[in-house]
Amino acid sequence: MAKKVLVAVSGGVDSSTVLWLLKKEGYDVVAAHMKLWNYEEVGGDLYQDGRCCSMESVNDLHQVCGSLGVPFYVLNFVDQFRETVIEYFVSEYGQGRTPNPCVLCNVDLKWTGFLKKAVELECDYIATGHYAKVEHNAGGRYYIRKGLDETRDQSYFLWGLRQEMLAKTLMPLGEYRKSEVRIIASEAGLKTANKSESRDVCFVADNDYRRFLEDWKNKNREGFIPGKIVNDKGEEVGEHQGIAFYTIGQRKGMGIAHTDPYYVKEILPEKNLLIVTDNKNSLLHSEFQIENINWMGLDNPSSEFTAEVKIRYLHPPSKAKIIPLENNCARVVFENPQRAITPGQSAVFYDDDILLGGGFIRGIKN
Amino acid sequence: MRQVYLDNNSTTPVDERVLEAMLPYYKGNYGNASSVHQWGREAKMALEQAREKVAGIIGADPSEIYFTSGGTESDNISVIGTAWYYEKKRNHLITSAIEHHAVLSAVQFMGKRGFEADYLSVDKEGFLDSEELKEKISDNTSLVSIMHANNETGTIQDIKKLAEIAREKGAAFHTDAVQTAGKVKVDVNELGVDLLSMSGHKIYGPKGTGIIYIRKGHKITPLSYGGHHERKRRAGTENVPGAVGFATALELAEGMREREHKRLADLADLFIEGIMEKVPNVYLNGPRDNEKRVPSTVNLSFEYIEGESIILSLDMKGIGVASVSACTSGSLSASHVLTAMEVPVELAQGSIRFSMGRFTSKEDMEYTIEVLPEIIERLRSMSPLYQKSG
Repeated sequence: MAKKVLVAVSGGVDSSTVLWLLKKEGYDVVAAHMKLWNYEEVGGDLYQDGRCCSMESVNDLHQVCGSLGVPFYVLNFVDQFRETVIEYFVSEYGQGRTPNPCVLCNVDLKWTGFLKKAVELECDYIATGHYAKVEHNAGGRYYIRKGLDETRDQSYFLWGLRQEMLAKTLMPLGEYRKSEVRIIASEAGLKTANKSESRDVCFVADNDYRRFLEDWKNKNREGFIPGKIVNDKGEEVGEHQGIAFYTIGQRKGMGIAHTDPYYVKEILPEKNLLIVTDNKNSLLHSEFQIENINWMGLDNPSSEFTAEVKIRYLHPPSKAKIIPLENNCARVVFENPQRAITPGQSAVFYDDDILLGGGFIRGIKN
Repeated sequence: MRQVYLDNNSTTPVDERVLEAMLPYYKGNYGNASSVHQWGREAKMALEQAREKVAGIIGADPSEIYFTSGGTESDNISVIGTAWYYEKKRNHLITSAIEHHAVLSAVQFMGKRGFEADYLSVDKEGFLDSEELKEKISDNTSLVSIMHANNETGTIQDIKKLAEIAREKGAAFHTDAVQTAGKVKVDVNELGVDLLSMSGHKIYGPKGTGIIYIRKGHKITPLSYGGHHERKRRAGTENVPGAVGFATALELAEGMREREHKRLADLADLFIEGIMEKVPNVYLNGPRDNEKRVPSTVNLSFEYIEGESIILSLDMKGIGVASVSACTSGSLSASHVLTAMEVPVELAQGSIRFSMGRFTSKEDMEYTIEVLPEIIERLRSMSPLYQKSG
């Protein structure tokens, strides 16, 4: 009997194409859209087109799935999303860190709630439209590899997936380039073939995360308390609007008149202090600590090793030594100092294109 | 695979005889009922015959029947139209916590525009307490709107008693009879209501059709403006084939009402008993007595699992059912109706509405009794809550 797979569909071209590809391969395909967010909750442009979780996406999906003869459902994860991803997103900024909500959403929603639903519906796998590959070695250890299309590679956001999750996952688009996906979708006559897309945080309708935090704060009566901005010589140079609105390396929006631009160098939540610098080089650091590591291509290494490390989505991987510590932590020491290592972001280790593991950046050392 | 449609409270297929009756008014007799010429006269005649037919069935005068686009519009006109017309003298509205959103959201909308609103509570089986209405109603109340039977549970209210209380205070009474039309007796004089809504597509008629009954002497402010259609209370070219379809559907349903009531009550007994026997920890939401409930509606809560998973699993077995109500399905938030009935939230989330209809057979229910317990057992085996319960 054909293997049954529940495909997570957003309403964009990628996941629509996954449906078509899996169907062609002979899978018994069922599609489900995860309703994560009501844009009305925190402003933004409610009628913006093409957003995931919008009525328009769901309407498109009804047409795409209908034309492919695939049963389609909308699954409601709004409460879970708010409680995990949004709370985390707001709280991380509140503590002076810069979160990757997609990482958390993947582990805590897609590969938890959605996978559970798939099992309940007697599906053998779930599939997503990520540009990444799922493979396993001879020893049965599963891992993610970068997608063929390096410009679209989404492996960075997938470091949190555990072995039992990967064993039930298909990511067919890892073998394709985005341009090819559009051609496939177009030849298959999928309505979403030419749909534009956004790669920003999905629940912030207007891509203005500061506006989102502000609205959330007003709605939930949480204070983002204004405080001092101090330069690296200890001189007070201005006032910030709450540390949540800033991220390491940020240059714009400081509201300070100064001959050379100031960059955010450090955020000190306990003192509600923002430290800025006009010396760009002082944003360079070589070492940081990483927490909550999930080992993927490597099985809990006990001794140090060298890997390519990526410290944000668009960061070109850089060589570093990784020294495992207790409690799923490690020290990461770059060969060459890196600019704006940012607490809260994910650091992901690679051996060429194999994802070895990843975790959250915490302490940074000079 | 067998296909079993158990979502007749959401909508129903159009009866072949209804479709036949409508077709001439799409093609040959396509006139505008407001036109003077022969085409117009033919359409007008059909429209008025339809009105007469509907009036006869519900005990009204034809001049008291207004064709609309369906239950939602009829409810909106009743609530908003009444509230606005009597605004200067009375500005208090009363409804119940379990109304369909077509009433509930309309009352809430008026609430935001300066009207006072009260929402009456219900007991565990979904019945209102007439004493609470007596407490809440005042000389300032313009309208009391209470549904005849609830769409989620089928619970039938004692409209006669409630309408009497409203009358004594000089308030108008509206009932949403969308779920009782053609299923139990609906007579505007026996019920003692001033306004009543019905919908065509719930009674094997066309979608986009419905009526309001507005008792002579009761006034409303119209919500649509244009021509002098429907006694200037509902502007817009009359949907003649729709009106003919609605009237035919109501007539057919009325003709077979008693026989169908008995047949569906028997099926409900078969189903409820069959499931209860095979599945532990199942609860019926609403009264068990088939006379106090629209018997074709069976709302069951399955402890330890989510309704969403049950619906999807049943769909994969060819059985179509609903959770909460079709308009909000996919939502995990518990139904406002079950919440008002104080069904614990875990049970409300595991609730499923099975609504049978004219084309539901005994074999359909036997198939469901066979398939459903397997699904429940499988889902429970995966539920951490169920395992904890031992």
